[in-house]
Amino acid sequence: MTASNHTLLNVQDLTTYYKLPQGYVKAAEDISFKLEKGDALGLAGESGCGKTTVALSIMRLLPPEGRIVGGKCLFKNFDLTKLSEEEMRKEIRWKKISIVFQGAMNALNPIFKVSDQIVEAILNHEKTTKEEARQRAAKLFEMVGIDPSRIDNYPFEFSGGMRQRALIAMALACNPEILIADEPGTALDVIVQAQILKLLRNLKDKLGLTLIIISHDLSLIAEICNKIAIMYAGRIVEYGNIIKIYKESLHPYTQGLMMAFPSIKGPRVRMTSIPGSPPNLLSPPQGCRFNLRCKYAMEACMKEQPTLEQVGEDHWVACHLVHKR
Amino acid sequence: MSEEQLVKVENLRKLFPIKTGFFSTLLGKKYYVHAVDGISFDIKKGEIFALAGESGSGKTTTGRLLVKLIEPTSGKILFDNTDITNIRPKQFKVFRKRMQIIFQDPYESLNPRMIISDIVAEPLVVQGGKSAEEIEESVCKALEDVQLVPPEEFLFRFPHELSGGQRQRVAVARALITRPEFIVADEPVSMLDVSIRAEILNLMFDLKEKYGLTILYITHDLALARHICDRIAIMYLGKIMEMGPVEKVVSEPLHPYTKALLNAVPVPDPSILRSEVVIKGEIPSPINPPSGCRFHTRCPEYIGEICKTKDPPLVSTEKDRTVACHLYV
Repeated sequence: MTASNHTLLNVQDLTTYYKLPQGYVKAAEDISFKLEKGDALGLAGESGCGKTTVALSIMRLLPPEGRIVGGKCLFKNFDLTKLSEEEMRKEIRWKKISIVFQGAMNALNPIFKVSDQIVEAILNHEKTTKEEARQRAAKLFEMVGIDPSRIDNYPFEFSGGMRQRALIAMALACNPEILIADEPGTALDVIVQAQILKLLRNLKDKLGLTLIIISHDLSLIAEICNKIAIMYAGRIVEYGNIIKIYKESLHPYTQGLMMAFPSIKGPRVRMTSIPGSPPNLLSPPQGCRFNLRCKYAMEACMKEQPTLEQVGEDHWVACHLVHKR
Repeated sequence: MSEEQLVKVENLRKLFPIKTGFFSTLLGKKYYVHAVDGISFDIKKGEIFALAGESGSGKTTTGRLLVKLIEPTSGKILFDNTDITNIRPKQFKVFRKRMQIIFQDPYESLNPRMIISDIVAEPLVVQGGKSAEEIEESVCKALEDVQLVPPEEFLFRFPHELSGGQRQRVAVARALITRPEFIVADEPVSMLDVSIRAEILNLMFDLKEKYGLTILYITHDLALARHICDRIAIMYLGKIMEMGPVEKVVSEPLHPYTKALLNAVPVPDPSILRSEVVIKGEIPSPINPPSGCRFHTRCPEYIGEICKTKDPPLVSTEKDRTVACHLYV
C-alpha cells in the first residue's frame, strides 16, 4: 500500500496489547489501512474484535494496561505512536483528529451545562476568550441541528438524539480533519439513527471531513462509508472498496456476516449464522484466528497466520483459501 | 395454520402514575405515563406475531401485560377464550404454565448465583407436583432442545461461565420447560452479536414448529421482523398504527409512520441510495401525548385540523389489514 500525496492517515501494522495478570490480550494485531482526504472508512466486526482498540490507539487514549507494541500510525507523515503525550494533546487531539465516543447517553458529564463542556474543550486547545468560545459553541449547535438557545441546558434535558448531536458538535469544536465515530447509531431509534447518519454525511461534505465509523452494523456502514475493514478477533480479515466487499466478499467470515444480516429489501430467506463464538484473545488459536469456525478450514489454516494481501483493485483479503487459488 | 385465536386483547390500557411533588398533590394534579393506551389485536394459534416500534412505544409493556407480570388499568385479555384480566392468582397458576416470557437481556435475566439446572428447573418447582427425578429429566431434555449438549456439561455451571448466546439458550430452555403454548419473546436477540443472532432465531423457529408454539415477538428491528414473523403490528406512543401480514406491511406500508420507519431502516447494500429522511424530531413524551392522532406532530402527510382533534380509529382496508389514519377513513 503506497501512500499518495492525499493520504491523510496511514496505519501500518499497528499492534496493541492489553497487559493483564494472566498475560497479554492481543486486542489488535497488524492493523493496516489508509485514509485519503474525504474518505469514510467503516470498521466493522463483532463485539470484542478490537474496533474500539484501534480507534483508541490512533488517538493514543488507551487505558493504562493498553500498549502499542508495534507498527506505525502516520498522520501526514508524523508518526502518532512516537509523539509525546504533550504533543498529542496540544497538536493532534481535537485539532486534527477527534472522536465521538460510544454511548451518547453517558458520554456527557451530567453535572455541567453542555455549553461549559464545549467551551472547556475549546479553551484547552486554542487561545481565545471565553466569550468567543461560547459563540463558537452556539454556531456548532446550529451546524448539528440543535437550537442554539439550548446551549445552556444540562445533558438530562436533551433526548438521546440531541445528546449524540451535542457530542458531534463538541468533537468538531476545533475543526478537526478526521472524525472518529464509535458506534454512532447504537442505542438510538431507527428514525433518530437515520437523522444522525444524514447529519454525518452532510458534515462530511460541508467541512471536507474524513470519517472513521466504528460499528457492528453492516447496514449502517453501507449507508455512509466508501471503504470498509472487516475485523475478526483483533485482525483485519478483509479490507477495501465497500461495493467490492459487499458484492464480492472473499473471506468466509465476511460472507457469513453478510448472510447473517436480514435486509428489509430483497427475498425473504432463512438467515444463517456462523457457528461457535470468537476465540479468547489471551491465547488465540494458532494459525488463522477464524479456523475453528470456518467451514473451509484446511491444514495451512491451522498452522500459519494468513496475511492481508491484495487480490484486486482496492481489495485486500487475509485468507489461505483465496491466496492458494 | 388454523384460524383459531389463542390470545385476544380488547382496548387494553396501562397507565403508570408518576410521583409528583407535595404541592401538585395538594392541587390534586395527577400525571400518568400512557404506556399502552387502548390497543386491540388478536394472535392466532401457531403464528409469530410481531410488535414493532421505537423505544417508548409500549411494546414491552404490552408483552408484560399479556403474561400478567403487570396488571392492566383497563381493557380485557382473553387467553384461549378465557378472560384472564382479573383472574385470581391461584386460578391463574394453571395459565402461567401455558404462557412464558423470554427477556431481552440474557446478562440480567439469569440469577448469577444459581446454577443452570436450578435456573431451568425453577418454573417446574414453582408449579409443583413433580418429583426430583422427573424434574431432572425435564431439565436435561430442555437443554437438549436448545442444543446445549451434552446437558451434563452445563447442568452445574453458573451463568457467568457461559457466552451470551448460550445464556439466551438457557433462557429459552427455561421458558419451554413447562411446555407452554404461548411465548412472549421480548427482543431476545438484540443484545447478541450478529453472527449468533440467526442461530438463536432459527432455534426458536424450529422449536416453534416442533411444539406448535404461538409467539409474540417484540422488536424494534423491522428487517428482522420481516424475516421471521407472520403478522406485524406497528406501535407508536401506546397505540397501534398499522397491522397486517408482515410482507404486505413492509412492501406497501399505508400509515405515514410506517413509511417513515421503513424508510429509516438502513439497507446492507452500499449501491442502494436511501431516500431522504422526511421525519423530524423524536418521539414525544408519553406523559402528555399529543391530542388527536399521536403522530400528527411529526407527520409528513398531515391533512388538517382533524388530525389534531380526532383520534383515528383502526379501520380495515383489506382482508386482515388495518390502519389508524385519517387518510384512510
